[in-house]
Amino acid sequence: MDLKTLSFIVVGATFAIYIAIAIWAKASTTSEFYVAGKGIHPTLNGMATAADWMSAASFISMAGLIAFLGFTGGAYLMGWTGGYVLMALLLAPYLRKFGKFTVPEFIGDRFYSKTARIVAVISLLVMSITYVIGQMRGVGIAFSNILEVELATGLYAGMAVVFIYAVFGGMKGITYTQIAQYVIMIFAYTVPAVFIAIQLTGHPFPQIGLGGTLAGEDTYLLDALDKTLMDLGFAAYTSVAGMTMLNMFLLTLALMIGTAGLPHVIIRFFTVPRVRDARKSAGWALVFIGILYTTAPAVGAMAMYNFINTVQPGPVGDPQGNVIIEERPDWMLRWERTGLLQWEDKNDDGRLQYYNERNTEFAEMAREEYGWEGSEFTRIDRDIMVLANPQIAGLPNWVIALVAAGGIAAALSTAAGLLLAISSSISHDLLKGVFMPRISEKRELMAGRIAMGAAILFAGYLGLNPPGFAAEVVALAFGLAAASLFPTLMMGIFFKHINREGAIVGMLVGLASTLLYIFLFKGWFFFPGTNVFPDTADYWLFGINPTGFGVIGAILNFAAAYAVSSITKAPPEHIQKLVEEVRVPRVGTS
Amino acid sequence: MTQEESRAAYWRANLRLLAILLTIWFVVSFGFGILLSQQLNAFSLGGYPLGFWFAQQGSIYTFIILIFFYAWRMNVLDRKFDVHEE
Repeated sequence: MDLKTLSFIVVGATFAIYIAIAIWAKASTTSEFYVAGKGIHPTLNGMATAADWMSAASFISMAGLIAFLGFTGGAYLMGWTGGYVLMALLLAPYLRKFGKFTVPEFIGDRFYSKTARIVAVISLLVMSITYVIGQMRGVGIAFSNILEVELATGLYAGMAVVFIYAVFGGMKGITYTQIAQYVIMIFAYTVPAVFIAIQLTGHPFPQIGLGGTLAGEDTYLLDALDKTLMDLGFAAYTSVAGMTMLNMFLLTLALMIGTAGLPHVIIRFFTVPRVRDARKSAGWALVFIGILYTTAPAVGAMAMYNFINTVQPGPVGDPQGNVIIEERPDWMLRWERTGLLQWEDKNDDGRLQYYNERNTEFAEMAREEYGWEGSEFTRIDRDIMVLANPQIAGLPNWVIALVAAGGIAAALSTAAGLLLAISSSISHDLLKGVFMPRISEKRELMAGRIAMGAAILFAGYLGLNPPGFAAEVVALAFGLAAASLFPTLMMGIFFKHINREGAIVGMLVGLASTLLYIFLFKGWFFFPGTNVFPDTADYWLFGINPTGFGVIGAILNFAAAYAVSSITKAPPEHIQKLVEEVRVPRVGTS
Repeated sequence: MTQEESRAAYWRANLRLLAILLTIWFVVSFGFGILLSQQLNAFSLGGYPLGFWFAQQGSIYTFIILIFFYAWRMNVLDRKFDVHEE
């Protein structure tokens, strides 16, 4: 059976599973729609959280990013997992104890202010909408690259499926679908990784293989990779390259704080029955995430090693050392068709060279000694590293079809979680909380469904017509989560004296400073060409990359909230009591 | 001990646990995985330079252990201060 038919069957089968779950898990109350009736087992919730959290970016892009960054790629690995420690220790159990439906609801009640609630809704909407665009696009891209259908067709198919299970099932439908999606996703990610680890190192576990020796040799894989890269003028894989130590530090911290402040992940902890389930569930979430996140660095390094050895099978500098263009492998042909891989035979030797042409000393030497006229790969999209991996390793077609289904599952599960956060903040926080407090439960449920449907259409539209800033979107969403929601939630629990005025000013300062800094370098509202300063290290304030600025925004939020709270009236008695109650799982009897 | 004192003691015990766990969280990721990584790379774990291992493997394992330890320890504290759930 050819790859295309096989891929359609595998992806179609996964869609059938999602729809079957939707029929089985229909939500009939607002509690089921918003928080799955608070009846999800902590381990299953951990699995759903993992799927909710791991997006198209984790599944498709992260390993490629690490492959080209090497050691400093660890910022993404640590940043996107370390945030769970903050979430588990500082937020999840207390917000579960509070026992309501949404994140802005906590902020509104704790800071006894509808204004605070609305500011929180605005931050939530800005970050969730920017984030969901990338997911919808991810669905379309996975379809068009692997199933070879139009991007729009893939997007419509994805939207239709999400519509069915998210609109009818709400959080309940989304949770059970996410559990299925996690299983598909992790299987799709680890199967090729295991095969490749066995081929290269003889170890079935990629985590061990990355630290092992090459199969049948005494050389360690990482040492071989370091040497191969340095022979071609690149920095060693295990050395600090690609970003400075300061930016690695700040990026890691910004991603951690941002992760902990993402509302669509936080609300997952509202679905478990008890406070202690929320604590344990965060641990399970990280176990399930960790399976992919500890595999990713092996996938990245091994893909890099395989790629270079395909291009440069012989010694560097030997005229016969590089791959002959006519004999290049099938996977290259396949990805050339998508435009994601491009080359140009600059020195007309009929072979392909890949090296670091920006290393002037090496490039100079290569020109004189080897006759190389520049690195001949003019485009290697990092995203193809994961998608092409099974083909590079020569794995059977069903594995490639599985990777397609996994990528789509990753994007759909995250999109559904974000769409729920968006629709619940509109129907529960804005409609019920602010504009129509006396709305009946039945009508609120209907409003939630309509908001969900509208959010899907809106996200789909933006996925089809992206505002030209898809790449910066994730950085923005994390920066905003770090600078606005996380500090306010944490202060709401740990600092009793922070009051309404402090929280509102803090959130606005955090939001505004982070947006401003990003816009200065990336352009106002991301319109190309409207940036005030070039986006290079020379112009960054103290050398801080806009991606890592969320940390500074968070610090400003804390400082502003503290300063304003100490010169305005302390929170009323009943709020201080509320904070004390949130801090204990059950009010004591002694 | 009055209920108020008991609650205050529970909260202090919680904060002490958080301080210890967050210190480990910081030292392992930002310390071993970033700031001290180059020095630690002088040692190795199989084929992994140690600093590299912390940045790409070890810190993730540590995070998982930290959260489960926290969950277990808080359950003990909940019972000790009689604030545990049914």
